[in-house]
Amino acid sequence: MSDTVVSEMSAPSNAAAAASKPGNGPGTGSLATAGRALRMESRKLNFSYGPKQALWDISAQIPEKTVTAFIGPSGCGKSTFLRCLNRMNDIIPDTRVEGDVLLDGNDIYAAGMDIVDLRRRVGMVFQKSNPFPKSIFENVAYGLKINGMCSRAEMPERVEKALRRAALWDEVKDRLETSAMGLSGGQQQRLCIARAVAVEPEVLLMDEPCSALDPIATTKVEELIHELKRDFTIVIVTHNMQQAARVSEFTAFFMLGRLVEHDRTEKLFTNPGQKITEDYITGRFG
Amino acid sequence: MTKTPSPRRSADDRGFRLVTGFFALLVVLLVAGIFVELFRTSQLSIQKFGFHFWVTKVWDPVAGQFGAFPFIWGTLYSSLLAMLISTPIALGIAIFLTELSPRVLRTPLTFLTELLAAIPSIVYGLWGIFVLVPLVRQLQVHTPEWMRKIPLFSGPPLGVGMGAAALILSVMVIPFTSSVAREVLKAVPNTQREAAYALGATRWEAIQAALRFGRTGIIGAVILGLGRAIGETMAVTMVIGNSPRVSASLFAPQYTMAAVIANEFTEADTDLYLNALIEIGLVLFIITLVINAVSRLLIWSVTREASVKPAKTASPAVSAAPGVAA
Amino acid sequence: MNRTSRRKVLSGVVVFLCAAAVVVALVPLFFVFAYVIQKGFSSLSWDFFTKMPKPVGESGGGMANAIVGSLILIGIASAIAVPVGVIAGVYVSEYGKRRFASLVRFTADVLNGVPSIVIGIFAYGLAVLPVKHFSALAGGLALGFMMIPIITRTTEELLNLVPGILREGALALGATRARAAFSVMVPAALPGIMTGILVALARISGETAPLLFTAFNNRFFTTSLNQPIASLPVQVFTYAIAPYEEWHQQAWAGALVLVAMIFLFSVLARVVTRRLERMHRT
Repeated sequence: MSDTVVSEMSAPSNAAAAASKPGNGPGTGSLATAGRALRMESRKLNFSYGPKQALWDISAQIPEKTVTAFIGPSGCGKSTFLRCLNRMNDIIPDTRVEGDVLLDGNDIYAAGMDIVDLRRRVGMVFQKSNPFPKSIFENVAYGLKINGMCSRAEMPERVEKALRRAALWDEVKDRLETSAMGLSGGQQQRLCIARAVAVEPEVLLMDEPCSALDPIATTKVEELIHELKRDFTIVIVTHNMQQAARVSEFTAFFMLGRLVEHDRTEKLFTNPGQKITEDYITGRFG
Repeated sequence: MTKTPSPRRSADDRGFRLVTGFFALLVVLLVAGIFVELFRTSQLSIQKFGFHFWVTKVWDPVAGQFGAFPFIWGTLYSSLLAMLISTPIALGIAIFLTELSPRVLRTPLTFLTELLAAIPSIVYGLWGIFVLVPLVRQLQVHTPEWMRKIPLFSGPPLGVGMGAAALILSVMVIPFTSSVAREVLKAVPNTQREAAYALGATRWEAIQAALRFGRTGIIGAVILGLGRAIGETMAVTMVIGNSPRVSASLFAPQYTMAAVIANEFTEADTDLYLNALIEIGLVLFIITLVINAVSRLLIWSVTREASVKPAKTASPAVSAAPGVAA
Repeated sequence: MNRTSRRKVLSGVVVFLCAAAVVVALVPLFFVFAYVIQKGFSSLSWDFFTKMPKPVGESGGGMANAIVGSLILIGIASAIAVPVGVIAGVYVSEYGKRRFASLVRFTADVLNGVPSIVIGIFAYGLAVLPVKHFSALAGGLALGFMMIPIITRTTEELLNLVPGILREGALALGATRARAAFSVMVPAALPGIMTGILVALARISGETAPLLFTAFNNRFFTTSLNQPIASLPVQVFTYAIAPYEEWHQQAWAGALVLVAMIFLFSVLARVVTRRLERMHRT
């Protein structure tokens, strides 16, 4: 397996370079990133749950202020890899990590890494919305409070900003003190997004955020993602390929714990480099 | 294809329902019966003293004076003190065992803390008389003069008294509160903790999120422990001094509702005396009934989410609820 | 990063305190066990199990009557509680959705929380007052009442775990509901039900308060159900509060036997569960 090629490519030769790259085989997510800086990057990441290995040599690049989609059949490791990016897997006992994951060039698994700070910088939205049993305001303000990011006086302003960003402000501005549990499923998920962006993360990880939502709510969230990527780097895991095609600029296809192909979304969906990718996309399995 | 049940079959099934239902009815009748029976056999006292019974401070059976306030005082004081001591410890144990403990230690430690609940009250009482009380007495003897001036620590160093009772009660209550709190914490969905972690929470902050989600259940656990403390008899009566006084001092011998019944029931030589004791029993019954009902409701409101999933084989000791051993 | 380090330190402190709580709780556990074992053991002898209590002043003697008495009381209690508890549990499990079943469940839980001394008063009114004397029957009644809710709840929970398919299979073969319940469901849940019974036994074998004025006590050996009878917990209590040193030693021995009995029941509960499960699997 050849080493990951870090993206120091010039814009015009992107597509061609990617297409003609030899060894664009399993595990070598090589990527044309249109000259964008990388926000996050993994290098030969191996991950195991106890004795069971789940990820093999994942090397992927996440360019900044873009949307990268992780797709693949169930159990392929895409969520596992996502959770490695903010070290959420640490809370599961007996897990082992080999390889590096870099955030702005620094290895997040290095010994001195401040996990608390990492998780503020790399936020996460979960598959099923999980608001705290508190008011809408308090939910959004939670991250601000524990991280001491602003004074009491500034909170309402920050909360409003976050809720606007999540396209939820207009719907809840009159009932900020009511319980978050009273919101609909789609609203709750947008609340969770607001909660996550309130702490001004650099990267926003989204683990199948729409899978529990109806089509209308899903559309709202997808529109949201479109807006959010102006300010945040987004990685979204989705089992819905059409969604991946709709929202992302880059897509990574995972299978059985390996990164099979990682390329611009357009290219991956219209002219995939690997046969397996093509089979998956055309629905031959998965 | 369903057959229409034959008449004999319907009769059998109906018989089954009625017979088993009868036995189930016995359980309900038991509780109702306790109330009725206690109410009936305490009539003399209820009618003679009325409400004054509960605010009169003098309990002098020899002179025919029956005032139950000292017992209310003693029961509440000892139980509340016990809750003060035991609740933080019990919650700490519950948090440790559900959130923090390394897997290897979980089972043995859980087993050990539940062992505390298996020791009968009489054995705690025995240990209380011969080990705890002398210890407490030593503490009392060495209490500095200036502390003795505070009403809380006033009085001769007898060893027996409110302090010893509160201590032994707290030890006995800990496993109950902790095991119920553990069940509540286990029922809190993990996604709550994950949400907190994903926002950059520390371990304690994530635990707080879980506690907040399960707070009604945890309060229920605490109240259940209170109910346990209130009904505790033997261990208390062996270390509290059994003196119907109302005192704020931890050093003073006092009395509780359960203790006075245990001690004086067989010595009650008049019907009035007996009725008075039974009336105390009646109120004890009502108090624990209310406490139990309230705490169960609170606990159930959190754990019902978890109970929708297939029930694990609940350990009877926990699901069949900690009762009151005396 | 000052704030973050403060938060982390706080987190660490809390973790430490929780661990400390476990240690603190275990201290009295070991303390009590150590004393009971040490003091009880030194006073334990063959005499303890075979001799009757001696009057004050005379050394020796034992608690034979109390041990037998306890066994008799437990026997009476079980005879009452097991049928009532199991059958009531069957009802609640079979008809669980009905309002009445919820009521039964609720009252069983409530009954569990009733102080045992109150149950004693109830048994007193029921069985002592009418005949104007204490009896083993009254004591057994009181203990039985305490066992019922535990057995009912355990039976119900365990029956609920048995797949409904078994019941339906029996019914489809023409069994009556009663047959299906008692010949298929209950045997399937038997290990758990037995465990529940043993747990209930462990709970009541150490009970003292409800016996104080039902079974009372008896210096002599008796197996009559209609007379007061000695029991281990009451005997321990009587000896403990008396001023005689020899009696204190006997009390410790009695406490040790009690704790051993409870331990035995608890261990048996676990063993029975595993044994019967294995039997059913083959």
